[in-house]
Amino acid sequence: MSNQALPRPRFNAPEPEHGPHERESKAALRIEARSAPLLQGKVSEIPDALFGNAMRLCGVAVVALLGLIVYQLVVGSELSWHAFGWKFFAQSDWNPVEDSYGALPFIYGTLVSSLLALVIAIPLSLGVAVFITEMCPTWLRGILSFTTELLAAIPSVVYGLWAIFILVPILREYVQPFLAKTLGWTTLFSGPPYGIGMLAAGVILAIMIIPIISSITREVLTVVPQHQREAALALGATRWEMIRMGVLRNARAGIVGAIILGLGRALGETMAVTMVIGNRPEIAKSLFAPGYTMASVLANEFTEATGDLYLSALIEIGLALFFVTIVVNALARLMVWSVTRGQPARSIV
Amino acid sequence: MPPISLRRRVTDHVMTGVAVLTVALVLLPLFAIFAYLVYKGIGSINLAFLTQTPKPVGEPGGGMANAIVGSMVILAIASFLGVPLGIGAGIFLSEYGRNRYGDIVRFVSDVLNGVPSIVIGIVAYGLVVMRQKHFSALAGGVALAIMMVPTIARTTEQMLLLVPQAIREAAYGLGVSRWRTTLSITLRTATSGVITGVMLAFARVAGETAPLLFTAFGNQFWNWKSDQPTAALSLQIFTYAISPFDEWHRQAWAGALVLIVLIVGAVAAVRIAVRHGTLAGA
Repeated sequence: MSNQALPRPRFNAPEPEHGPHERESKAALRIEARSAPLLQGKVSEIPDALFGNAMRLCGVAVVALLGLIVYQLVVGSELSWHAFGWKFFAQSDWNPVEDSYGALPFIYGTLVSSLLALVIAIPLSLGVAVFITEMCPTWLRGILSFTTELLAAIPSVVYGLWAIFILVPILREYVQPFLAKTLGWTTLFSGPPYGIGMLAAGVILAIMIIPIISSITREVLTVVPQHQREAALALGATRWEMIRMGVLRNARAGIVGAIILGLGRALGETMAVTMVIGNRPEIAKSLFAPGYTMASVLANEFTEATGDLYLSALIEIGLALFFVTIVVNALARLMVWSVTRGQPARSIV
Repeated sequence: MPPISLRRRVTDHVMTGVAVLTVALVLLPLFAIFAYLVYKGIGSINLAFLTQTPKPVGEPGGGMANAIVGSMVILAIASFLGVPLGIGAGIFLSEYGRNRYGDIVRFVSDVLNGVPSIVIGIVAYGLVVMRQKHFSALAGGVALAIMMVPTIARTTEQMLLLVPQAIREAAYGLGVSRWRTTLSITLRTATSGVITGVMLAFARVAGETAPLLFTAFGNQFWNWKSDQPTAALSLQIFTYAISPFDEWHRQAWAGALVLIVLIVGAVAAVRIAVRHGTLAGA
């Protein structure tokens, strides 16, 4: 069925509207116009025009919202931009007392925690998506997809609460000593095991982005045509070979899109990370060490920012965060769209 | 047919095992979170928790009644602002936006969906708090409304597109004007779906903390004015969780349980609405 809304036949003014689809229905319009005299009443055009324009205004408002966000951030960060310029992003000194600000530790923390989250989340969410779409019995499918989506419904602050009191002690007592013993030589896992730090942030972020990556991957996998699977099986492939060659290969672009979408979510995630990352603006090599992210410095210091320059520097961090997530998300949307053919990836809870 | 080699058969079984293992690993934290929420939270929820305001540090007892009400006020403001705009944008996308302009709005709303909530908080701070010179429930509501709009717009669009074109044409054929058709026929048919979208957006912002930090700000006392700092459940959980006091930790768990029950209740209602709604199976 076509999705194009046909224009309402006009009885008084058969003047075609603008737009590409209207042209096709000209013939229909003429036929209906001929039958018009049969109708007694007149349909006024004014409420229609009013309603149409009101709805268009709502559409414009969505675009205006984005404009407003950009405007607020750009105006707010002007002061800091004039004071530091590009150096703001390359300088690692964050000192409100001396009014000297550099965003490098926060950028580093955001990138490292998000990448760590991706490393953990990618295999897990792909496994879940493949299991749900290709392997599991039908009765289990609904239950599993509902349960994984439930993970997405838990508020960030509750993840943070759980991470502080459950995850961090587990990491401190068991995981970190183990990692230090086996992989300590890489210097990634060295130093005192506080529990709180970059590793905890990465793990909690991973748990949070798994539902997004796996549910979008699932959607991408379900649009792979059934005959691809049948062809692989007919050639004698085992089930795994069928999944690898018939399904995953066809859905590549969409899966990458799902992963990037997860990255976008991880970059901007605030509360849970703020609660477990340790909030120290330092660039440390070890994943055990505390760090700081762009979002968490905003969460912690925005209301306490006393000077104008301090506030402006924080808003500039917000602007940078906004810009990065916009680019990452736009990229991901395009990749998912290329597979699902313009069908939007359904937004989950 | 030649037999499948042992190596291929083993790989197949191993990969199936790996997939099952990943599912188990993903479900584990989910169950752990819910188990701890119930275990830690249920003992702390009592009448005082639901009816009193927070006590000063050191005094036992007290509750989050003002935060629960504050959250509701903020969410009501957010829904009042965000729902009509979102539904309007959704109608635009499905009924008037099957063209280049619609594509722009569609893309922008998907992009808006990905803007970090803390950044939305900064924007609401600049828009409302700076003007009013006050942290306020209104500012919190504005921030959450901005987050609701893209979700509602996109789900409304999808739901309206599910309504068969023939129904619209039947209405036009009867001489019903376009606006009337859209409101009383198309939107009406898709009501349950549109409500689903609204509830999803609502559930998504109900637990948000980051955009409220510097808009609603939080409050230890009752506040009935929309231009004053207002407590919110999520803010209260955050404050209590990072505090060093056991009593406050206990209340943070209780607050989290209340919040989750409210949100999961909304999501479950959505599921039921979809299953039994007019659009079931559409």
